[in-house]
Amino acid sequence: MPGLSLSQKLAILSDAAKYDASCASSGGERRDSRDGKGLGSSGGSGICHAYAPDGRCISLLKILMTNFCIFDCAYCVNRVSSQVDRARFSVEEVVKLTIEFYRRNYIEGLFLSSGIIRSPDDTMADMVRIARTLREQENFRGYIHLKTIPDAAPELIEEAGKWADRLSINIEMPTETGLARLAPEKDAKGIRKAMGEVRLRREASREVTYRGKRKARFAPAGQSTQVIVGADGADDKAILSQSSNLYANYALSRVYYSAFSPIPDSSKALPLIRPPLLREHRLYQADWLLRFYGFDVSEVASKGMLDLDVDPKLAWALDHRGAFPVDVNRAAKEMLLRVPGFGTKTVGRLLAARRHRTLRYEDLKAMGAVMKHAAPFITAAGWSPRGLTDAEALRARFAPPPEQLSLF
Amino acid sequence: MREVVLPEVGRVAAWRKEARALASQGIRAEDVVWRVGAATGDLFAGAAPTPGPRREIRVSRKALSTIESALHHSDPERFARAYAAVLRLSDRQVTWGDRSDPMIRRILADAKAVGRDVHKMHAFVRFRELPSDGARRAFGAWFEPEHPIVEAATPFFAKRFGDMDWVIATPTLTARFTEAGLSFSPTPPDQRPPEDATEELWRTYYASIFNPARLMVGAMQSEMPKKYWKNLPEAALIPDLIRDAPRRAAEMQAAMPTEPPARRAMVARAMARREAVAPLPGSLDDLRAQAAGCTRCPLHGPATQVVFGEGPVDSDLMIVGEQPGDQEDLAGRPFVGPAGAVFDAEANAAGLDRSRVYVTNAVKHFKFTARGKRRIHQRPDAGEVEHCRWWLDLERQMVAPRLIVAMGATACASLTGSGAGLLKRRGGIEAAADGTPVLVTIHPSYILRVPDPTAQAEARAQLRSDLVAARDWLAAQARM
Repeated sequence: MPGLSLSQKLAILSDAAKYDASCASSGGERRDSRDGKGLGSSGGSGICHAYAPDGRCISLLKILMTNFCIFDCAYCVNRVSSQVDRARFSVEEVVKLTIEFYRRNYIEGLFLSSGIIRSPDDTMADMVRIARTLREQENFRGYIHLKTIPDAAPELIEEAGKWADRLSINIEMPTETGLARLAPEKDAKGIRKAMGEVRLRREASREVTYRGKRKARFAPAGQSTQVIVGADGADDKAILSQSSNLYANYALSRVYYSAFSPIPDSSKALPLIRPPLLREHRLYQADWLLRFYGFDVSEVASKGMLDLDVDPKLAWALDHRGAFPVDVNRAAKEMLLRVPGFGTKTVGRLLAARRHRTLRYEDLKAMGAVMKHAAPFITAAGWSPRGLTDAEALRARFAPPPEQLSLF
Repeated sequence: MREVVLPEVGRVAAWRKEARALASQGIRAEDVVWRVGAATGDLFAGAAPTPGPRREIRVSRKALSTIESALHHSDPERFARAYAAVLRLSDRQVTWGDRSDPMIRRILADAKAVGRDVHKMHAFVRFRELPSDGARRAFGAWFEPEHPIVEAATPFFAKRFGDMDWVIATPTLTARFTEAGLSFSPTPPDQRPPEDATEELWRTYYASIFNPARLMVGAMQSEMPKKYWKNLPEAALIPDLIRDAPRRAAEMQAAMPTEPPARRAMVARAMARREAVAPLPGSLDDLRAQAAGCTRCPLHGPATQVVFGEGPVDSDLMIVGEQPGDQEDLAGRPFVGPAGAVFDAEANAAGLDRSRVYVTNAVKHFKFTARGKRRIHQRPDAGEVEHCRWWLDLERQMVAPRLIVAMGATACASLTGSGAGLLKRRGGIEAAADGTPVLVTIHPSYILRVPDPTAQAEARAQLRSDLVAARDWLAAQARM
């Protein structure tokens, strides 16, 4: 695009990229530049270098290579039928921005996505070229997250995995019919096949030969995906079922949930709404219950939609009061993980401590438990909730107070 | 009372050395006054403390590392508390990690506060470029941490920015990194680096990545507290971004959808021209393409793809297994997982060339239940087998093999109508519905599930002998 300055392009192409929620820069391969021959380090926990007033962390330079796109996905700001300003970065511009931002400690690395220009292969090849230039010419050892384009050639995916720490491909909609309706050019089966391919390659790259040699690295920080929440009619159960299927099928590191948010120049097909931020938050909480707390989708989202007033774990406990109160000195780990107000860390500390002494109510607070939530559901030395567990008004202690609806 | 003075730089190492020395002399924790900087030499000094029992300190590495990390806290009591804690831990008066002990709890809390401060320093230091006289570029930063953490936090920057010279100045200490390594010194006055042009680009990025439709100021401030704002170049934009957000969001919602630009029609025409070439109608590839969209039974939902048969269309021999497994589902090809490896090995040993054989499954989608990050294989039920027989029958008509090998009960049921009594029937030749001979044998994944090694070897030999029988049967047919 002649005429646009680097700053103008940056404004257009970061504005176009902000609807992708993924920001992780953690995990993957440990690298550093102590040898003085390169720039950057990665591995371990990621760092959020800034926070925007929308509460989202800024960890990576999240930009599109271009926001020209031949697809027409109704929910997307960059669809071909939108009137937004268009721009395109050259390889050198992306490399320069990444390196200069990184040197000033603004970012952990690059998250590069792109609209689809000409063909999936052409687009992917350009993105791979950026990653290769960063790694080979600039000796960049920071984090790179590449969005893979469905239907790109396997050689390109292979190379993308060689340079990038994480690959991702967005599943976008909770159901195949939703995707077919809102993103006619995308194909849910194709997306799933691409995820399957990434998982196979990752597993192959971790195999060690008899001589102890390892294959070329491939996306050491794994793959992730994103689902847009609230653009179609799918309920939370459908969304979470899809997530649990994706975690099992493709060993995803994360599924991101992104509340459908008003975009400039929206499509006629999708009315604009206030983004369902609380619903998004509850979905993340439920996702954590599925991955770290041994819950099943049918337990968390038995009613189809998650309870917006109380968190999903508390909602489950309120519906299953027969399983409580739980004796913190005797209960199994699986049951302790189901107590509201107990996190995985608290449960770990509790199990370690109760090996050599009896736990009292006061100890639990010191171990990090949220006693306001936990108290009605546990017994400990010196504490019994008595009638509280089954009290009619228990839910009212946690839910926000009822509000008078507007009369006029 | 004993006064111990620690230096400004290298405090933690000095504390460790002093603590060891004091303990070996048997000095009690309450008899030591710890100080940083210059010795004052007054207070209650003079009266030599009465020594207790002499001892060598023995503390776990994990405990010591957390205690030393807590020494970077700004609390003036931290050195005394740490010394008391190592004595108590060493004497086994308390166990490490016991949060019911106030001293341990306080040390853990201090270490956590230090950890958070270090993390925020890693996040919020902003370098500005300085003029450089050498080949390496030079950068400087000014940062105000809450605790004296410079020595704990800066090795991270040495690892990250190994190819440039940098200085991070704080109100107390300055860290300096060059090719020679990392060094610390007291900060001279007025060390703020000058403005840097790249900051304007960074501000552009910060303003553009913000989505005004989801304003959450509280979430931002809990992670990026205001105390850090004065040294962040982007923070000056925050009040305006917050003020304009509701208006911008309302404008987006109020704007009427526009008509698509002219480019859209052009792109649509180009996309239409790119439609894939359809396979020849009535061919095996056509059948494969049709099967790929199969939704005859609910198994298509959770699975990745249809795993269709594979092999030459004029094969004499067709091998039918049960259903694709985890690996087959991802790869889209039959018999590539662990059971496939067993099959390949035995087929090879039996003298069968897999490239001359048509391999397929009775059911084309993987049936499983999800357990966390794993998928547990489930046997397809009669209804699913029946639904999928549609495809198997079409494959059989198309390939028209002279012999079919049915591996396992599911394949057997699909081809002969019954999967019962498999072990008694194996090795025998039966007939499919259309009369094609079907040789019954066990499934390779059965071999993998047999726990006993001798029984496993036996099962392997059975599969191999059945495959040899199939080969011989075909050879005998060819001679006739």
